[in-house]
This record gives sequence, structure tokens and C-alpha cells, in this order.
Amino acid sequence: MSDEKPDLVDVQIDGEWHQFPKGTRMIEACREAGVEVPHYCYHPKLSSPGNCRMCLVEMGMPPRPRPGDDAPEPDQDGHLPISWMPRPVIACANTVAPNMGIKTTGELTETCREGVMELLLANHPLDCPICDQAGECTLQEFSVEHGKGESNFREQKVKKPKNVDVGPRVRLDDERCIMCSRCIRFTDEIADDPVLGFTDRGSHTTLAVYPGKELANNYSLNTVDICPVGALTSNDFRFQMRVWFMKEVNTIDVNCATGANITVHQREGQIYRITPRQNNDVNSDWMPDSHRLNFHWIHGDDRLTDPLVKNGDSHRITTWQEALATTADKLAGIDGSEIAVIASARMTNEELLMVNRLVKHLDAGHMDTIPRDGESDDYLISADHNPNTNGVKLVLGLDNPGSQLEAIKKGINEGRIKALLCLQENLVEDGGFDAETLGKLDFFLTSYPLANPTADAADVVLPGACWAEKTGTMVNVTGRLQRLNQVVDSPGQTLEPWEIVRDLIQATGGGNGIYSALDIFKQLTEEVSEFADLTWGKVGDLGVPLIETSETIPLIEREKERIAQGIIVG
Amino acid sequence: MAIVVKRPKLKWYEQLYLPALAKGLRVTMGHFFNLLSGKTKVTMQYPEEKWDANLPEYYRGAPALVTDEQQRERCVACQLCEFICPPRAITIKPEEIPSEDRWAKVEKRPKTFDINMIRCIYCGLCEEVCPEQAIYLRKDYAITGTSREEMIHDKQKLYEIGGVREGLVNKWNKLK
Repeated sequence: MSDEKPDLVDVQIDGEWHQFPKGTRMIEACREAGVEVPHYCYHPKLSSPGNCRMCLVEMGMPPRPRPGDDAPEPDQDGHLPISWMPRPVIACANTVAPNMGIKTTGELTETCREGVMELLLANHPLDCPICDQAGECTLQEFSVEHGKGESNFREQKVKKPKNVDVGPRVRLDDERCIMCSRCIRFTDEIADDPVLGFTDRGSHTTLAVYPGKELANNYSLNTVDICPVGALTSNDFRFQMRVWFMKEVNTIDVNCATGANITVHQREGQIYRITPRQNNDVNSDWMPDSHRLNFHWIHGDDRLTDPLVKNGDSHRITTWQEALATTADKLAGIDGSEIAVIASARMTNEELLMVNRLVKHLDAGHMDTIPRDGESDDYLISADHNPNTNGVKLVLGLDNPGSQLEAIKKGINEGRIKALLCLQENLVEDGGFDAETLGKLDFFLTSYPLANPTADAADVVLPGACWAEKTGTMVNVTGRLQRLNQVVDSPGQTLEPWEIVRDLIQATGGGNGIYSALDIFKQLTEEVSEFADLTWGKVGDLGVPLIETSETIPLIEREKERIAQGIIVG
Repeated sequence: MAIVVKRPKLKWYEQLYLPALAKGLRVTMGHFFNLLSGKTKVTMQYPEEKWDANLPEYYRGAPALVTDEQQRERCVACQLCEFICPPRAITIKPEEIPSEDRWAKVEKRPKTFDINMIRCIYCGLCEEVCPEQAIYLRKDYAITGTSREEMIHDKQKLYEIGGVREGLVNKWNKLK
């Protein structure tokens, strides 16, 4: 069997024979075979120090005959008998070998786990009622699953610093720490900011920050995610909500073109936190703090909740019917060549397709989006701070987004452009337009989630849903098509941008027949050649490669190198 | 198999029913005369008179929060009662205890703690689930109000009903 596929080895796991590539860690082999081996220090994206000892399993190899003895006979399937080692091995740092046997059940493994749990809990405080990790704590889970339920230790627990500020966003509780060293390895190997380390010895070992430094880099909150216990907790999420109340929705980050895969945790329409979701082609297991914490404005006071029309100098709240009728009235007297549409590279492909329809329907003479060029941090943040610039290029057909903005400004100032429709963009603050220019327009419509100076100048202001309130797809910097899913309901009368554009087309006498973002996705697959043969289901939770771009994500490239070198599993 | 009930065979004087009637009337008249002479009392004049002194130890009345001997609020806002509450009567907003507070080492306390007494079914699961011995069902049963808002017990009201409870496990006093 092994002659046909030389890189595969036969391994027996809990009595069943499986095949794995040479070099597979025992713990990964078990996982693939559907057997969970409890572990704390092991993380596939970090090096394996093997210090928690939780993944101890029973291991066996074929017996080696003494000189002169006969070699053991293989059975009819070609497997040799296994002689079990008297002592256990750690599954995380050892690799599989031909004809190896692994037992994850049985007396030896179980007593090992009970013993390790007892030692890990020897100094662990009973903080669970106030610990943010409770409910998603592997120490809780494994002590129920593999623990003994009682302790032989009658001594007082070791006192260590509690409630320590290790950085602007992270809080440390040393008593809860089980010394797995995941955070130390993360800051050293991934974030290249090795500020954490252990001091003291034995049961007094304490996690600490290097004197005079703090855990302040933009990836510090990832240490909170990988901490298997509640030793490191997030200041932002601290005591906000117990984890078992929250519903999780898989979606993507929209703060830059990388499109990190994320899980948003919400309860009763309120978002409490965002955590990265594993996607080895986009963001691995990590995400930057700046993107993770950029959601509080969604529940802020300056959200637009109702359509507004200008009434003299101020705006008054109105209905969608009136806002759309006003728009249709004003646009009726303006020629298509005098209309400009500024869409947003923060819109989904579905919304952009509707914008394209609107532009064609109005026969608008000018169309563009606002570029957001910034700096790449050489980890996960892309230089392009718009999430869907590639989508703009594909769906709107703009080769160089942002190149027309100056022409549009000039056109307005010279009176050649009389109407401007600004969809989901902030013209004054992000587009470089000033109130004076916008004041020269006969008609100015804007839709945006937040009240802003652009809205002050607008004749009609429409409340558009933000990223957490809409469904659609986006194309990231590497050309990967990913799904954005609705997390919470939008406030008040807010509509999703595709609905707004659809209603605008309808109000100005255009067609309809679209009832959901999925309808538009279907039309996208028919109209844009790159999307052909795709379905909503095919895109899936992890997305699919759509187009070739020359861009790469630095952190992912480094990770691939480390996998190739065998440092990490990946 | 159905059970066959054996019916007693009545004697001729029993079939008349008159002796049974007389027996019943004797009991009734006995009570009647006892009442006239003031020997028995049947109606309790609620709310002037109450049965409170006779409530059993395990009586389940309004849930309330308690403080310990040192006036520390025992609740640490773990929200387990909010989770277990079958009619979802409990709403808690936690907050961090400021560092200058005497009990800062406890770290967490409820900022608001509301129990909607219109929803509460007096099941006692909150008391059972509480890991800090902070919530108890007291013997108050006459919870009334003239508006819905009045029927929501806030933190202050809950401590008023609950009061101080002594002799409990004092997890936070030991050692630290």
C-alpha cells in the first residue's frame, strides 16, 4: 500500500488504520481522523513548545526484533503488530511514523489527562463568574471532559498580580494564566513585537511585559483570542456581555482591501465584539485591532435613520415615497449629460451592479468612486483602504477609480454638471469636495449611514445601511470573491443600498423585478463574465478566487514560508 | 385489565339515606354553634390580617439581592440568573468596579439589575443557579403597582427587599 504512495504512512488511531502524509503531527492526524486531542499550548499557526502536556497520548511502534529473532509478520492488510510504549508522548510536537499506533482513550491517556488537569487547576482561581472567558474557556471544557472533579492539593493557591494593564487594549490576570505561552509566541513570531515573557520559576511563573514596554502593537488583541483561558482579556469587550448570550455571524471585514474573514458576535441587535475567522488564504487566524474595534459607530447617535429632504436651510424627516418623488421630480428636468454619479468602493458587487443600471437608465454623463489610498502595514492591512476596489473595476468597468473626480468637480464649478447623486460616500471629508462646490448644484442627493457635512449640503439625504446590516459580495485585494452577511437589522427606516438604488431607478421610471441581494447576484453571474457559473453557495464562507491580481498579503506569504520550513503546521 | 370495583351492598336503613343526612347535619350544626360562640374563626380579614408568620421556610416570594455583613453587594453580574430565568424577567448590565472602591478586587458588579415582576414566575431558579449566593427568594408575595414601570424592581429596590444576609460563604474575604 505504501509503495504506491511513498509520501503516505499508515497510522492506527484508536484501532482504525488511516493514511497521512509523512511529517504530519500526531495531533493533526487525530483531528483528521475525527478524534479530538485536548491541548492548550499547541496552535497550528505557532511553533510547538510542547509545554502544557495536555495532549499526551499512548503511542506504539512495531517491535524491533533482537538480533537472531524473526522479524514480526505483517497481517493480511500489511500492517505489523504494535507494541505499546509504557510511557505517553505529546501528540502536538511528534510526527507520525510508518505503522505507528496512537491510543487517545484507555487508562494511560485518561490518567495522564486527569493528572495534567489537576496540576493546571492547582493554582487556578475560581473566577469563572467574573471571567470574560467563561463559556468559551478550554480549561472549563477540558476539566469537565477530562478532569477528575476533585483535587489533592490542600495548600493555599499562589497569589499573583491580577487586573494588570499590559497594553492599551489588553488586560492580564496572572492567576488565571496556565503558562501555555501562546501569547508570547504570537507576539514574537507573528507580530514581531516580543514584549511578553515569563518571569520567576515553578508555580510562581508569571507572565509579564518587558519592563518599560507595553503590548501596544496593532495585533495585540489576537493574543486575547488565542489565550485558552481568561488570562488575557480585551479592554473593549471587558464585562460587556457573557459569551453564551451572543449569536455569531460569519462575514468579512470592510476596513481595507484584504477583507479579513471575521465572526461578529451580537445579541438582540447590538454588536459586542468581532473576532477573526480562519481563512488561510486571506487573514490566517488574525486581524488588526484597528479594524476589530471599528464597529462602535454602528450603534452611535449620529446614525441616519430616516430619509430627509431640504426645507430651506434645514432638513426635515420624511417618508421614502416623498424623498424618491422629490428626486424623480428634480431629475426629470435635468439632461443625462448633466448628471454625475459618485458610488463607493465600499459597496458590494450587487450594489455596484444596481449603480451601473442607474447610470445607464439616467444616461448619466459622469461616474466615479472615491479612492482611499493609505499605507500597508506589511501584515494584514492593505494599502487600499477600500474593501471592494476590484469589484468597482469589474462591475462598474472603471479602470482607474478616482480619476474622474477632478473633472466632476470642475464640471460642477463650471455649471456643466447640475445634479450629483452620491451613493454611500462621504464627499466632503473623504472625496475632497467643499460645501461651496456642492452648493452650486441644482440637485444633490446623498445616501450614507452617518450624518456628515456632505449630508448638510444635500437636497435629499437617504439613510443607507452599513456593512453589518447588508448582504452581498466583495472582491478583495488578491482577487478573491467573498461574502458579506447581514449581522443585525438596520435602524429606523434605513434601507440597504441596493434597495435605495433600485427604488431610485423605479422612481425615475425604470424597471424592477429585484427582491433580494441574491437576485442581483444571479444577474451578476449572467452579466459579468468573471462571475459566470458562480452561485451564492459556491462562494461559501471562505470565498473563491475570482480574478488574478499581482497583489499578495505579506503576513500570509510569511506564513507559507514558515509552513514550507516545517516550523508551523499551518 | 380493568379493575372491578366491588360495590358495598347497602342495608335497608342505609338505603333510606336519612341517617347519613342526620350525620352531616350534626357536623354542620356543630360548626355553626362553635362560630356563634366564637370558638372557631373561618375568614381571615386580609390585608388587615396576614398569614405571614406561618409561611414555611422554603416559601418562594419575590426574588431580591442581598449584601453580606460588610455591606458588600454579593452580586458580581455573572448573568447566570438572566440566562436561566424561564420568563426572561431579569436584565443585567454589568460594569467594572472602579479601582478606588473598597471592593475593587472583586472587579465586577451590576450597573443595573432589573427584575420584571410582571414576568417573574417565582420559580427560584435564579437562587439555585447563583454562584455567589447573592439572590434569594424572600417571603414578600404582595407585589403590586399601578404602572408597568413600578412593577420592574431595580437594583435599589432589590437590595431594599433583600437586606443583609449573614453567615454565607465569603469567597472574597478570604486571603485576598
